[in-house]
Amino acid sequence: MTDAAVPTPPSGKPIRGKLSRDDIIMRGSMIVIGLYLLVTMALPLYAMLSKSFSTYTFNLGAYEVQVSDETGANFSEPVSFAAMNAEMGVVSDSDLIAGSDGRLGVTQFFPDFSFRSPVMYRVRNTVDGGRFLVGSTLNEGTDWTELDSNTFRRVQLRPEKATGLGNFQAYFSTPALSNSIKNSVIIALISTVITVTLAFWFAYALNRSCMRFKGLFRLVAMAPILVPSLLPGIALVYLFGNQGMLKELLFGASIYGPIGIVIGSVFFTFPHAFLIISTALAISDARLYEASVVLRASPWRTFWTVTIPGARYGLVSAAFVVFNLVITDFGLPKVIGGQFNVLAVDIYKQVIGQQNFEMGAVVSVVLVIPAIVAFAIDRIVQSKQVALLSARSVPHAPTPHAAKDWSLFAFSSLIAVFILGMLGVCQFAALVKFWPYDLSFSLNNYQFDRMDGGGWGAYFNSIKMALLTAVIGTAVVFFGAYLVEKSNGFKTGRMLFQMFAMLPMAIPGMVLGLAYIFFFNNPENPLHFLYGTMAILVICTVTHFYTVSHLTATTALQQMDREFEAVSASLKQPTLKLFTRVTVPVSLPAILDISIYLFVNAMTTVSAVVFLYSPKTSLASIAVLNMDDAGDIAPAAAMGMMIFYTNAAARILHLVASRGIMARTQAWRGR
Amino acid sequence: MTDGPKPYLTIENVWKYYGKFLALQDVSLTINEGELVCFLGPSGCGKTTLLRAIAGLDLQSSGSVTQAGKDVSNLPPSARDFGIVFQSYALFPNLTIERNVAYGLENTGKSKPEITERVAELLALVGLPDQGKKYPAQLSGGQQQRIALARALATSPGLLLLDEPLSALDAKVRVHLRHEIKELQRKLGVTTVMVTHDQEEALAMADRIVVMNHGVIEQVGSPTEIYREPTSLFVADFIGEMNQIPATSGGDGAVRIGGTAMASLSHGLADGAEIIAAIRPNDIIPHGPGARSGEDVIETESNALEVKVQEMEFLGSFWRCRLGNALFGSQDLIADFSINAVRRLGLEEGADMMVELPRNRLMAFAQSEAAAA
Repeated sequence: MTDAAVPTPPSGKPIRGKLSRDDIIMRGSMIVIGLYLLVTMALPLYAMLSKSFSTYTFNLGAYEVQVSDETGANFSEPVSFAAMNAEMGVVSDSDLIAGSDGRLGVTQFFPDFSFRSPVMYRVRNTVDGGRFLVGSTLNEGTDWTELDSNTFRRVQLRPEKATGLGNFQAYFSTPALSNSIKNSVIIALISTVITVTLAFWFAYALNRSCMRFKGLFRLVAMAPILVPSLLPGIALVYLFGNQGMLKELLFGASIYGPIGIVIGSVFFTFPHAFLIISTALAISDARLYEASVVLRASPWRTFWTVTIPGARYGLVSAAFVVFNLVITDFGLPKVIGGQFNVLAVDIYKQVIGQQNFEMGAVVSVVLVIPAIVAFAIDRIVQSKQVALLSARSVPHAPTPHAAKDWSLFAFSSLIAVFILGMLGVCQFAALVKFWPYDLSFSLNNYQFDRMDGGGWGAYFNSIKMALLTAVIGTAVVFFGAYLVEKSNGFKTGRMLFQMFAMLPMAIPGMVLGLAYIFFFNNPENPLHFLYGTMAILVICTVTHFYTVSHLTATTALQQMDREFEAVSASLKQPTLKLFTRVTVPVSLPAILDISIYLFVNAMTTVSAVVFLYSPKTSLASIAVLNMDDAGDIAPAAAMGMMIFYTNAAARILHLVASRGIMARTQAWRGR
Repeated sequence: MTDGPKPYLTIENVWKYYGKFLALQDVSLTINEGELVCFLGPSGCGKTTLLRAIAGLDLQSSGSVTQAGKDVSNLPPSARDFGIVFQSYALFPNLTIERNVAYGLENTGKSKPEITERVAELLALVGLPDQGKKYPAQLSGGQQQRIALARALATSPGLLLLDEPLSALDAKVRVHLRHEIKELQRKLGVTTVMVTHDQEEALAMADRIVVMNHGVIEQVGSPTEIYREPTSLFVADFIGEMNQIPATSGGDGAVRIGGTAMASLSHGLADGAEIIAAIRPNDIIPHGPGARSGEDVIETESNALEVKVQEMEFLGSFWRCRLGNALFGSQDLIADFSINAVRRLGLEEGADMMVELPRNRLMAFAQSEAAAA
């Protein structure tokens, strides 16, 4: 047989399989969800990017003007504004840089201008495309327009749009702006080092010691996830602010600034770091410890040669996650940052404060870069972590050791006091009449309707938004993940979809929110009607938190037998039946996890939605921000705690519900 | 062949590439109705790829698959007629056994009572009539495998595909279950293709075995054909065990091992060509020292030789002996002798003895194949 000449491979196209109805439905659905991600993420980001490269400048050379004498006849020779400006220097070069809505009055070029004088003016564009306004009429032609002086004062020049790096040059040559890069990075680095160190020892105490109350500590450590990042800022104001009760502890330093941001960042990033490191420590292999004991290594040496290397991927991953959270966070520096500028707040200031959308876009682009780098490194590190766990690993069980256990207990208690203290201060401040002068009990601060920020309506909006996000988001994310995991063929499509699904994680909320303004607030966009509605808040939040949900779903789906689809197809049953009858019920724990994740984050998010809410759709977290901004700090704390209790209740409900559903539908799990 | 077996599944010139990797190279094969065919080969030989092409789960790059006279080459799995059982069983964990088996019967125009009846019938067929209310996780691996079989057979498919169905099971359960599957298959007469890497399983169950290697079919034949008359060194070595002795051809029907000419099976290799002489350990016949033709039962004088027992290993039902002779160089000849023979001849390590390499068991293969295998 082998002696025969090796047959040549057939030429021509490979066989193309006919698609089954299921294949067509699945590909169609995948394209729909892919388009959803394209429209709700890729296109807005593109709009933002192009905005950051759009520059607007007044081109004085593009206009010519003639002036008559007192009789209104006998016009002077035409002269361009550029020539006049060169002579008189009324407008400096930097004033010629404008925003898209910039307007430049022209009377300043005529020092003796009077709107009552009989002098007549003629003005025209010297080139096509030049634009000036007379009142609200736009003139674009090159014909002369003759105007009396009273009308001439209403002539305004419009800037020319160009594409280029002008905005970036302006950004980097303005130290007030570009200093924020340094500030942001330093704050993020310091917070990362502190959080990861504390979280490591806390996770170590919970996984590797025999101290008591581990369950309680775990619960407390997760609490910060349930509140917006603004809340630790408010707590710090109460503790260390101008009237703070522990102000003296700072020895004259101000909490408003880097100190406050770092302490608050440690608070709100702690649970994230703790979770990751705890997972890494939990999977360590007991056999390595036994080997270490047999080889007579000291506990110290064992710690450095076994424990730390085993957890190193977790540590690195936690570091990048914390770095990313801190550098992209907006709420905390907004509340406690004072004059200390950071990137995320700069975006807000540029857009909301100065209406300079182009510069807002530039800061966004600058902010995306460290965020994407941190994200990419984290993904690479996490993909390596998987290989560390072998099926043969034996879980490590700690042995009691009084000194070690008690010192870890003391340390963990300090952390718990820190976390509970921050929350307690907020709750206490919310319940007293007037901190710190009148500490008698009152519910005045809960009369949200009497404050700015949206009142109780905002709170119920938040719940509605969070519920919609949880329900719609979970459905879209899980179905999307299913299609990516279980479709046949269609490799390019699946790869693109996977890429789209990973991208939101790398995009800071502020950037996403700003991108939405550029994209959805454009009147030419057919989706413009979404702007200012509850729908856009839900869409934005689903997209913002898409990646983690998607990863949870894919992990659950990958654990399912890969052959279910093949078996179902061989039995001539539609894939959709398999999806509803088997895939969804089996993945129910993951589905519930995704929905509670989306709910909690929708309740606490500020960054993306701060650009998108309308008076009718204000949210609780936004209300916290606005009330704090308006000086109503106690009501802000009260609202922040409402978010905490709502999320805590949702978590408990989620726990009860998943236990109940599990008991009813997952009977098959046990033997 | 007038009234012979009817072809049911025809595979013609199937090629499969995974990117640059060639997984199947010009595979053609005919499977007859009611037959149980095993695809056998080492991992990565393309046997599972071929099965998945037959099922439509991974389409071949080119070539055709015809099932029951219908070209199914480019049809999706749902448009083909087969039932499949995977190594992992792929039972739906959240459905009871009954509902697992009934899964393929729903939406087929059958009434509820009809489905219930059919499910009961199938569960009885696989010998688990009273397990219907349980969940898969409550059954043992072997039981789960039978349920998977029942589910695959529920719709009475024309073709049953088994992808390593027994390899996740304990050795004892495996032996028991392979007998049962064979029995069931014979009873139902369903054409069956089974993929396995276990030669014993293939020999025990198959009507015909397809031995594959590197994406090519090496040999197709009945278990005894494959075992007795391997057409290549690869098959000879993969099925059972084989001594391989470098030698030269002494013309058709003869080999020269270390200069000694011996009679062998016909091999058609030119005189003087470098070859591999091959013989199975249990085909070597032991004789006492100094045995001669006539007084003992040596058949062919030229095929008898003097050896020294280097090492003996007791393997329960027989002894494995390593035999040394200058003809084989530093290599030992491995022979399996019955406990009886060892006792009768008083064999022990270091003893001298005669062995015969029977001419109708001594095979020869071209040297180039050894390099390929």
